[in-house]
Amino acid sequence: MAFFTSFLAGLVFGLGLIVSGMANPAKVLGFLDLGGRWDPSLAFVMAGAIAVGAVAFAVARRRTRSLLGAAMRLPSLQSIDRRLLIGSAVFGIGWGIAGFCPGPALVAVGMGQAKALVFVIAMLAGMGVFEWLEGRKEAKHPERGSRSKAHGRRGSVSH
Amino acid sequence: MTIDWPSFTPWAALAGGVLVGTATAMFLLLNGRIAGISGIVGGLLRLVTGDVAWRVAFIAGLVVAPMVYAIFTDWPKPRIEAGYGTLVLAGLLVGVGTRYAAGCTSGHGVCGLSRLSPRSFAATAVFMGAGFLTVFLMRHLLSL
Repeated sequence: MAFFTSFLAGLVFGLGLIVSGMANPAKVLGFLDLGGRWDPSLAFVMAGAIAVGAVAFAVARRRTRSLLGAAMRLPSLQSIDRRLLIGSAVFGIGWGIAGFCPGPALVAVGMGQAKALVFVIAMLAGMGVFEWLEGRKEAKHPERGSRSKAHGRRGSVSH
Repeated sequence: MTIDWPSFTPWAALAGGVLVGTATAMFLLLNGRIAGISGIVGGLLRLVTGDVAWRVAFIAGLVVAPMVYAIFTDWPKPRIEAGYGTLVLAGLLVGVGTRYAAGCTSGHGVCGLSRLSPRSFAATAVFMGAGFLTVFLMRHLLSL
């Protein structure tokens, strides 16, 4: 059941990205181009998503189990540290270069776009680099491994 | 600043956003998880037993969305102006960056802001700011 609802959530999410126009990098770049002719659409996507999301999180906060009985995994991290800020800056640069972030890129792969597939493979490689660096750090300093201690339940709750 | 009125599609954007929010709500209330795409994809690389199927299912949902959409109407063809080299660089940066930040547009931008997380507000401000700056540099200063 959890497998099916996961698929369904991904499907609805993907449909939302297509309907909103966000599966199209040109439209995303139109939003990021404040200095040119600006397309504010992406802000409306965020507003629509957050309006619904806020209600769901307000409900989720009062529960320890999901409706299907799974553990409610809300992020526990609170720190605004260098990892967060530098990571976000690096992501933002990559996003600005091509107009793709992870979700829309996967949807564009489903549209048969070879370029999107190249982006996704490179993204997986980038994520692999992160795993490799994290693994090395943990092997060197097991006592202060970022995954086990400082970053708590990272594996299961990161976004 | 000039608004690109012909490209601006507030109603479609809002409707698509509501769908994204609905998917986020479903995933949260049914599966008890955050619909953050970079985390769902990145976690796959760890190959933890019992933690793979739901991730693959979510990603499969995203990838088949265009085919389901096509049952009703043709989807607009995406326009990808970046060349292959640029896409590789962008992909690497997005991959590394989102994992260090533990979230992307969905995890921080939609989920994080929905639950009023200060950490996600900071992340969203930084990646949006970096995105604005990058496009400004590329299009208006370097004219790439």
